[in-house]
Amino acid sequence: MPLTNELRDDILASVPSLRAFAISLSGNGDRADDLVQETLLRAIANIDSFQPGSNLPAWLFTILRNLFRSDYRKRRREVEDAEGNYAKTLKSQPSQAAHLEFEEFRAALDKLPQDQREALILVGASGFSYEDAAAICGCAVGTIKSRVNRARSKLSALLYVDSAEDFGPDNTVRAVIGGNGG
Amino acid sequence: MKEIKKQGGLNAEIQSRIGHQLRAMYDDVVRQGVPDRFAELIRKLDGPEAAAAAVAGGDTDKNNGGD
Repeated sequence: MPLTNELRDDILASVPSLRAFAISLSGNGDRADDLVQETLLRAIANIDSFQPGSNLPAWLFTILRNLFRSDYRKRRREVEDAEGNYAKTLKSQPSQAAHLEFEEFRAALDKLPQDQREALILVGASGFSYEDAAAICGCAVGTIKSRVNRARSKLSALLYVDSAEDFGPDNTVRAVIGGNGG
Repeated sequence: MKEIKKQGGLNAEIQSRIGHQLRAMYDDVVRQGVPDRFAELIRKLDGPEAAAAAVAGGDTDKNNGGD
């Protein structure tokens, strides 16, 4: 399909959610924007292969996800350094308590295997159907469902497993993260 | 994991909380809209050839030396 002005507008309209996806995956705002830029360039370079009438956001997310995965292997060290950087990308700084809770959530999310994290984000935050998420990740619908379920269980365990007992979620997360070093 | 499932109501509450946090994190970025650099990038690209050239140029810039 040729690069019409309408298509340009549609691509632009996907940029905010592409950035959110990239930041959720990488945990690093600068790197996320590099990923988005690369995604846009590659999308436009290959615009002839986009089928008119098909799901443009899903197509763009697929490109970004594949770029992230190939890039990830090269940059694993930087990804480990990303914890905490996410907050810098926020326009409005949350309150201290909310900020702490947010950092804990972010840290727990980063503990998930990559397959589970991306499935959870696509379905739980981007709002894609299981079918679209499966197409983006190149796997079966049942696989996406099981990844999302495992991601939710693991986040529950990391964040809230002892919340009904003496420990608050803060202590639980620190204990889990602290005990995970070996 | 099994223990959590047994807690039933608590699990539903936790799941709703996780969903809320996930969307809050995501939507905070979505609300930032389109940064100027991307609007300009898309505006100035004439078509696939220009984009392909930019991809190639970018690859040269961050030459990783092969690892």
